[in-house]
Amino acid sequence: MQRIGVFVCHCGSNIAATVDVKKVVEMAALEPGVVHAEDYQYMCSEAGQAKIAEAIHEKKLTGIVVCSCSPRMHEATFRKAAERAGINPYMVEIANIREHCSWIHKDMEEATKKAVILARAAIAKVNLNTPLQAGESLVTKRALVIGGGIAGIQTALDIADAGYEVDIVEKTPSIGGRMSQLDKTFPTLDCSACILTPKMVDAAAHEKITIYTYSEVDKVTGFVGDFTVDIRKKARSVDATKCTGCGVCQEKCPSKKSLSEFNRGLNTRSAIYTPFAQAIPNVPVIDRDACLKFKTGKCGLCEKVCQAGAIDYTQQDEIVTQKYGAIVVATGFDTIKLDKYDEYAYNQSKDVITSLELERIMNAAGPTKGHLERLSDGKAPKEMVFIQCVGSRCSDDRGKSYCSKICCMYTAKHAMLIRDKYPDVNVTVFYIDVRTPGKNFDEFYRRAVEEYGVNYIKGQVGKVAPLANGKLLVQASDLIDNKQIKKEADMVVLATAIEPDPSVRKIATMLTASIDTNNFLTEAHPKLRPVESPTAGVFLSGVCQGPKDIPETVAQAGAAAVKAIGLLAKDKLMTNPCTAKADELLCNGCSTCANVCPYGAITYEVKLINDHGIREERRVATVNNALCQGCGACTVACPSGAMDLQGFSNRQILAEVDAICR
Amino acid sequence: MSIENKEFRPKIVAFCCNWCSYAGADLAGSSRLAYPADVKIIRVPCSCRVNPMFILRAFQKGADGVIICGCHPGDCHYSTGNYYARRRMTLLFSMLDYIGIENGRTRVEWVSAAEGVKFSTTMNEFVEKIHSLGENVRLEDLRCKN
Amino acid sequence: MQELINRAKELLANGTVARVLGWKKGDLSYNCEPAFFETAEDMENFVYDGFCGANLSKYMIEASKLEGKTLVCLKPCDSYSFVQLMKEHRVDREKAYIIGVACRGKLDIEKIKAQGIKGIESVEGAAWEDANDVLTVKTFYGDKTCNWSDAMLERCHVCKGKEHVIFDEQIGESRETKDADRFDRVAEIEAMSPEEKFAFFRSELSKCIRCNACRNVCPACSCRKCVFDSTKFDSAQKANTDSFEEKMFHIIRAFHVAGRCTDCGECSRVCPQGIPLHLFNRKFIKDINEFYGEYQAGADIDEKAPLTNFTFDDVEPGIVAERG
Repeated sequence: MQRIGVFVCHCGSNIAATVDVKKVVEMAALEPGVVHAEDYQYMCSEAGQAKIAEAIHEKKLTGIVVCSCSPRMHEATFRKAAERAGINPYMVEIANIREHCSWIHKDMEEATKKAVILARAAIAKVNLNTPLQAGESLVTKRALVIGGGIAGIQTALDIADAGYEVDIVEKTPSIGGRMSQLDKTFPTLDCSACILTPKMVDAAAHEKITIYTYSEVDKVTGFVGDFTVDIRKKARSVDATKCTGCGVCQEKCPSKKSLSEFNRGLNTRSAIYTPFAQAIPNVPVIDRDACLKFKTGKCGLCEKVCQAGAIDYTQQDEIVTQKYGAIVVATGFDTIKLDKYDEYAYNQSKDVITSLELERIMNAAGPTKGHLERLSDGKAPKEMVFIQCVGSRCSDDRGKSYCSKICCMYTAKHAMLIRDKYPDVNVTVFYIDVRTPGKNFDEFYRRAVEEYGVNYIKGQVGKVAPLANGKLLVQASDLIDNKQIKKEADMVVLATAIEPDPSVRKIATMLTASIDTNNFLTEAHPKLRPVESPTAGVFLSGVCQGPKDIPETVAQAGAAAVKAIGLLAKDKLMTNPCTAKADELLCNGCSTCANVCPYGAITYEVKLINDHGIREERRVATVNNALCQGCGACTVACPSGAMDLQGFSNRQILAEVDAICR
Repeated sequence: MSIENKEFRPKIVAFCCNWCSYAGADLAGSSRLAYPADVKIIRVPCSCRVNPMFILRAFQKGADGVIICGCHPGDCHYSTGNYYARRRMTLLFSMLDYIGIENGRTRVEWVSAAEGVKFSTTMNEFVEKIHSLGENVRLEDLRCKN
Repeated sequence: MQELINRAKELLANGTVARVLGWKKGDLSYNCEPAFFETAEDMENFVYDGFCGANLSKYMIEASKLEGKTLVCLKPCDSYSFVQLMKEHRVDREKAYIIGVACRGKLDIEKIKAQGIKGIESVEGAAWEDANDVLTVKTFYGDKTCNWSDAMLERCHVCKGKEHVIFDEQIGESRETKDADRFDRVAEIEAMSPEEKFAFFRSELSKCIRCNACRNVCPACSCRKCVFDSTKFDSAQKANTDSFEEKMFHIIRAFHVAGRCTDCGECSRVCPQGIPLHLFNRKFIKDINEFYGEYQAGADIDEKAPLTNFTFDDVEPGIVAERG
């Protein structure tokens, strides 16, 4: 029989205002096994923990029930307290009488009754608890960063600078990400490439960093400290060890009709290409769907002109398998598709563009060499209209419910740059709200309005219609003057909502990291653990977690790196002892449990079993504690009940059920 | 007050997975989103830990409704647990329906850690449903009733 | 039958098999029971006729532990059970020499009795050699006749086919006996009101005496120790003093064999109380087929079982309520 101590926390008034804690103490004391019960203002405080330790010593307690806040909050605290006082940490159970009781019920009598029942359930469980020993697992001192944009680069640099090996996996042919596509950055108007490329070079040159471009994560197994990842290096058709990056192949390539991904499809590129001049690595890839050699078997020009002999049409995808202790996701974003926004005429007119397309147009290396011109006829625009919140803060299912966060600022930047360079161009911005929280952000926006004379109109655009004269008719409402506006424009720029890069869904599934309804990765705690995924050993960097601008992304990338470093700095991790365990005497050896185990943690061996005097060889299941994560799928699959989960055993859960239904 | 007029207070057991739904219930709590005190939550690591035995046992001991909450399909912390749970519970519920147990007494709902509102509305709806069904008399073990 | 006996003796004699697993006459001529035969002399008691309904595959679990091979006679439907047991590593294929025996539909003495025939001494025309469609029932009150098909077990009316899914050799020619759909009765029950369903199952299950015959005969219920006998669930066999224990037992039993039950029908055949226990298993089979695609346990050793498998867009449990 256990000797159980029950500790009821007031949590100031958080619990005590709705739950009669004295009554809970009184009722808990009547439960079987309970030899001690008391209440205290803050059980989690040092004094509260001291009370637990004191009771453990004085009453020789073997089990502890703390009636307090959620176990997700302080279970670890109380387990440590119990361990310090000399009892096994897994002899502690929490009755959640705050989140699941006092905070949601108003009636004191009702809340108290429920708190008593929750306490009883925890006591019933503790009565059946057994001491569990956490195992140890080794930490592989290497990190994987998925995504080679500014977030991934910064995270990798920080981890590498701390002395750990880092691999970056980037799906496109070069690192650099979205930031490499930007022309200038707010609020200081630095040239994006000027501040990004040195970091790209640093990453490429860093002795601790290995970059896999044109590569994707294929498979992830394992767990915190010991992930095994298959990286698919897609066939580049160019031997990176031989290529000198001279660029002759791209010049000579006769197939030049593929839309340039880097320039958002605004111009074309050759079939063998590097996405942009400063690409890292400066090694082209052959787009096999466009290459004549691959399509028709004829051509082979690049092979002929390559002095280095680097072209290799026979290259195959290659799988690199590597072990990692930590994984950082930095998969970034893309702009949403505008198919559902016919009213903005994006698909009808070349002069309706997204803001990211405008970045390419403004960029000296872009499709217009940096000249602001209409893509339909190459003429310089006189009237430009910017439309905000296209697909952001959207209440229907065409767009996203969230604010994309960066659009207000980059639109102010665009407006300012255009007015600065082309003072004769009128710029009008239609907005719902202008949101400028951030250091020097509002000042920046006000300069656009006050110094550069950008015309901001609070109102929504209902329709953009191409006119016969080549111009665009913008119909909008002015919410402040309460009138309808019709305005002819030469170009319309849509501040298109951003969304997580579509690749993140597959990656999240492989990592078993949770994802929200918008496909943003979920953080372990929205306030207190913003760069950690709930999946141990997986960290979040950049926009994959939520919309962010560059400074925030870099800050979060550093934070994710620190968390990863904190993990890699450990030699060993304590493993979760709440793992499955097979009772060999009951096991049929039928393999049903192994068939549902997501970790391959269950294996079978033929063993000599002594079943109450009957000695025979039997095929029985064995659980690898290092691999088992304790989901319990096997326990239900097992018909004989041979498989049970430590810490959440059948009898423990049934005891809770009984206590609640009593 | 006569016994006949005694207000029916259902006993409801909610199995919540540790990673999503239990956290969703915590969020409902910290957001002060009320639902009836009749709901008592049992924390399990994953919805796939819920054995049909637990559900039948709850009914046997007088529960009027049992609800299982887990991560949304595709979001399971253990990647596949809720897919197995979904099949198991579909078949079990169908069987209970087949032997004449009102099918509203059991429910599965996917509640993420971010869905405090959904947790609360689900529990409110479920309790209302159980109220409309009344006391569970078809599955309980009368010896266990007090 | 003589062909089967001769072949068995031959295999015993040349040492291919160490024993034969078949049937012998019981205390009454229509009560055939499973039996092991180790010598040619033993084989004199061997019988294979219309009353040899027993599925022998489960006996191979223990026989797999014995020295040498066991010749096992499997009817077409029994062969599914054998494959299912192989899939679960419960029987050793190497220890079995499987003779796929032909089947003309198995007889149920209760069906004959139900026709008002009393005082039965023996039934003629049930032997393998007799191709009769009409049985002659010898009774204390003289000879009565009965159609073979009217005396058949329920499961034979919904026979899954004449093919053996596993065998080393086959003897005899099977007969098509299927003349009904196995899910008809399940569908009828599904169409009842909740009150009718409850009343139906309560009346059936209240007959249960927890003798465990269904569990003992079921090839899928082959656990070394049943959860209902173990302390793991606090569910160790309790006195059957209330209706819930029976419901719990039969629901859980059906659940534990769901996706593994080949629908061999042994549970209903052996139930001394005549409870149509197969209606539980068939319900699961019907649901599995409807929700997850057709699945026949024991048909394919490599196919993933429905409860250890899933698809991303499986139906939600809410379908049960939606279906009404």
